[in-house]
Amino acid sequence: MNGLAARAMQRFVTDTYGEALWRRVIGEARLSVSAFEVMLCYPEDYAPRIVAAAATVFGRPQADFLEDLGTWLVADERNVPIRRLLRYGGADFTAFLESLDDLPDRIRLAMPGMVLPRLRARTLAPDLYSVTCSGSPPGVAHVLVGLIRAMADEYGALAIIEVEDDEEGGARDPAPLAEAVRLSVSVPSARYFEGRDFHLGGGTR
Amino acid sequence: MMEAGLKLRAAELDALMPMHVAVDSHARIVGAGRALRRITGPRAAVGQDFFDGFRVLRPEGVETAQALFNRAGRALTIAVPLTLRTVTLRGHLVRIGGGAGLLNLALGVSDLPDLGGADLTAADFAPTDPTLDMLYLMEAKELAFAESRRLIRRLQEAKTRAEEAALTDALTGLGNRRALDLILSATIADGQSFALCHVDLDYFKSVNDSLGHAAGDAVLREVAERLSAVVRASDTVARVGGDEFMLLLPGMLEVDRLEEIAARIVGELGRPVPFGERTCRISASIGISLSTDYDPPDANRIIADADAALYASKGAGRSRHMFHDPGHRRDRGPPGEPLALGQARRD
Repeated sequence: MNGLAARAMQRFVTDTYGEALWRRVIGEARLSVSAFEVMLCYPEDYAPRIVAAAATVFGRPQADFLEDLGTWLVADERNVPIRRLLRYGGADFTAFLESLDDLPDRIRLAMPGMVLPRLRARTLAPDLYSVTCSGSPPGVAHVLVGLIRAMADEYGALAIIEVEDDEEGGARDPAPLAEAVRLSVSVPSARYFEGRDFHLGGGTR
Repeated sequence: MMEAGLKLRAAELDALMPMHVAVDSHARIVGAGRALRRITGPRAAVGQDFFDGFRVLRPEGVETAQALFNRAGRALTIAVPLTLRTVTLRGHLVRIGGGAGLLNLALGVSDLPDLGGADLTAADFAPTDPTLDMLYLMEAKELAFAESRRLIRRLQEAKTRAEEAALTDALTGLGNRRALDLILSATIADGQSFALCHVDLDYFKSVNDSLGHAAGDAVLREVAERLSAVVRASDTVARVGGDEFMLLLPGMLEVDRLEEIAARIVGELGRPVPFGERTCRISASIGISLSTDYDPPDANRIIADADAALYASKGAGRSRHMFHDPGHRRDRGPPGEPLALGQARRD
């Protein structure tokens, strides 16, 4: 199943910018399908074509569009169930970072067959982490950047998240998208301000 | 507290088993884990009689300290009646020496989704406890199911639309020939008897030729409405060809009633149909067959015989109806109608 990526982009664009702009993105991508389903499979090139088309329509780099998508996945009020699932990763932001390796397996527990990237988090120093993200769907690493930023806010952590340049330097712009991204996450304070309230077992009540 | 010199302090026991209750030989509570205290409140306070706050549901009859200790090592289901609800726990008691016992408990499945109403946090669970994974899975499954349900609903809607389109005549909204065939075979399979009326419009071609297809379409829509108005809700009206309609009337076998219905149809369709400034005039010829004339009823023969009776009506001067006559029974044709016509064309 790779419908997750296309469906997430569809919801992000329609919820944030409206139905009309989503239709423009689909037209720009020359796709005949405009409504996607998480549980279905689509041709491999659909997601990258949507990302490229969105970058053109919004006049922004692809990486930025994907980062915004990652932030929206966590922060938007319509995505409370997703945010809650991520909060199960740990009691605070650093515990969340340390649990990132397990995240794809956790998601697959509930949705077997989901296409997800590989995640690897390393503790470099008590307040310094390195997170690498690689694999498909393409560009997912940039989504993760936005997602981790939003999760830091969610937990009330003070965190500085930077995408590390690869050897050639400046992997982010312009497109193509990086296959793998390494982030450095420094967390001077895991509880810098009051994070969002989270109660266990509140999700299905 | 344990053999081989391994002793655990209360805080250590609490860290290992946040959902435990320790009782002395009289089932008086001597300690309880933090998670259990959060769920049960003062019922797990030190010094309380275990049976004051906790009731063993299964097995029945465990109401004394002795019965509780006799049950050591085997599963217990325990109810804790709180102010607003009753929380169900499961677990077992282990004898820990000195006549004391240690009950390790967990939330029952029905109280898992909201943790028995207690505001527990991740810190209240030991890392080995799969409760948090259960909660995570329940929420994740809920999300996955919501997506699946959405998908199924959308596919179902698309399927229904496609099926309706395949069985509906787009112009009149009536069933088409396929719809009629389906209902006809289902009616036969149910063993229900019925009358089948084949209605053909007279002079429809001249309406089309003189006033155009738009007029023809208007006539067909009007015919569909008038036919539907004549029959009962349980009857089926289908448009089976350009200007041909079929009516399936389940349970309608009385010749007098059928005569009446056929006459009404002929009358209704004989009324002019206004089309803009113009007026379209058509009439209807009808052939009727009855399923009870066949043993066993055969859809193709019933249709063919209704068709033959229809052509007999056309041959007899149009704007009338005729019954298919199987030939071996009483006269059932309307007065003055040459039965022989239907009969002659039967083979």
